[in-house]
Amino acid sequence: MARVTVARLDVANEPSGTVIALAGPLTAPALAPIWSRTKDAARRAKGALIVDLAGAEPVDTSGAALLLALEREHGERITLRGLGEQPTALLARLRAAVPDGPPPKVAPRTVTRTGLGRTLLIRVAFFGETILATLTLPTKLRFLRGGDFFRLTERAGTEAMPLILMMGFLIGMILAFQSAIPMRQFGADIYVAALVSLSLFRELGPLLAAVILAGRTGSAFAAELGTMMVNEEVAALTTMGIDAETMLVIPRMAAAMLVMPALAIGVDVAGIIGMGFVMMILGFPPAAILHQVQMATGPEALLLGLFKAVVFGAAIGLIGCRAGLTAGGGPRAVGEAATSAVVGGIVATILLDGLFAVIFYRLGL
Amino acid sequence: MNDAVAIVVDAAGQRFGTRTIFENVSFTVATGEVFVVLGGSGCGKSTLLKQMIGLLPPTQGRISVRGHDVVTEVEAVRRDIGVMFQSGALFGSMTLLENIMLPLAMFTDLPARARAEIARIKLALVGLADAVNLLPSEISGGMAKRAAIARALALDPPILFLDEPSAGLDPITGAGLDRLILDLRAALGCTFVVVTHELQSIFAIADRCVMLDRAAKGMIALGVPRDLQRTSDHPTVRAFFNREAES
Repeated sequence: MARVTVARLDVANEPSGTVIALAGPLTAPALAPIWSRTKDAARRAKGALIVDLAGAEPVDTSGAALLLALEREHGERITLRGLGEQPTALLARLRAAVPDGPPPKVAPRTVTRTGLGRTLLIRVAFFGETILATLTLPTKLRFLRGGDFFRLTERAGTEAMPLILMMGFLIGMILAFQSAIPMRQFGADIYVAALVSLSLFRELGPLLAAVILAGRTGSAFAAELGTMMVNEEVAALTTMGIDAETMLVIPRMAAAMLVMPALAIGVDVAGIIGMGFVMMILGFPPAAILHQVQMATGPEALLLGLFKAVVFGAAIGLIGCRAGLTAGGGPRAVGEAATSAVVGGIVATILLDGLFAVIFYRLGL
Repeated sequence: MNDAVAIVVDAAGQRFGTRTIFENVSFTVATGEVFVVLGGSGCGKSTLLKQMIGLLPPTQGRISVRGHDVVTEVEAVRRDIGVMFQSGALFGSMTLLENIMLPLAMFTDLPARARAEIARIKLALVGLADAVNLLPSEISGGMAKRAAIARALALDPPILFLDEPSAGLDPITGAGLDRLILDLRAALGCTFVVVTHELQSIFAIADRCVMLDRAAKGMIALGVPRDLQRTSDHPTVRAFFNREAES
């Protein structure tokens, strides 16, 4: 704050005791230089303590806060002298309002309770409720809104496709370049096409699509449902007797599951085009590249990848909806829900992918 | 500067494109007065408030706060005012104490302990001595409004603007806020400009009021509420004060 006149402090010892004279404005900006010095002077004073306020003008609540703090610290020893009528009334008002005793400690909020058990319980309960809602869906079809499903599908699928194609193309190019160097040492660089296409179909296609779905759509589900929670829209649905799980969660999960195979195929196709582009730069004819792709990837690899994509979609949709529908109150809730959806979605995808790797290995697929 | 006059609104008006919200609104607010801006929905009450606190430059006329023009001397105006927004606008990531300490930390060099003591006293002043460590999400609507008033008071500004302080509150909590406004005026001697359409609140707190009207695109009454209720022959004013449905 500009133009601040500073409060002044003088300490004198008189036969009657120590006199602390405060002069000038006793306001928040003006008190800064003398606040601690005044309290120190009061602590050092021997015998009676007289605070002379004849030169103090104006005295606002900050000034009164200092006087009140001195009174509370020094009790009977202290006498206020020369305080004007208005500040006297203000001080009396504050004495009545402020409870006795030391100020409460400011609660540290750097560490919060993790509540791991409760969080786990909520997640398991949510998973169970969603399964129940799915099983009882035939009896609650009236709660489904077709328009919502198509809107969600468009947002999660069609709108994500340009990003998916770009990412797939770049990943295909990068993989081809990176693997061409070591393969060339063995004269096996023609097999780069087989390597990249198999990686894309079985692993990277669904995985990359899932990461993008978690980042784009999972977070959007969480933010949308979190906002509905904060605005009590979900409570309104519940009180109207509408099953929020059926109306809000199932269409989102279905949309995520439906678009994931398409997104995974998008990554596969764009990745093979990117890889082919690099292979042609390296001097291989398109027919040879295509032959290698056909040799390495059959319907089995594609179907395995698509199956994984559907499961990843279900997990991401479920986690996004769970994050949104368990959002707390306050302005941070929506942000926390979106973060939880993205992190949870990606972690779940990788865990499931690891699980599939083991299962497919055991099944010899 | 005339110390007896806190705010001068001189032929103020506001247009958004070709749409006129109000025009030729003129009044003065005396120092120490509780002045109410009232009117029906959409008449421009909140727009006028935004003009007075320097958030929206008037497209017509001039407004000054303690002698400072709200357009050309907005920094000086903001040193003299505290504002309570309709929603409270408390920072959700901070406790109530931290909310009050924020302006003290930004605009003074007071040590942290002094800031905490002052903030605690401001909260006690509005009846929230026991809620210092609560987050805004943990308190009721009435408490949030009180905390927002405490934050507006953090630097003891001479003028406080309150936007719909009793909106969304039950009558008892609303009446408690009205008492708080009068109590703070008595204790601190500050000037209050209150935007509201709560009739009970207007009669309880207002020394004077100005009434805006959407149809008239301007002010239709200025004076003491009880006098306006008794003597005004403007149909909208009579309808408002006598709670008659407008045709």
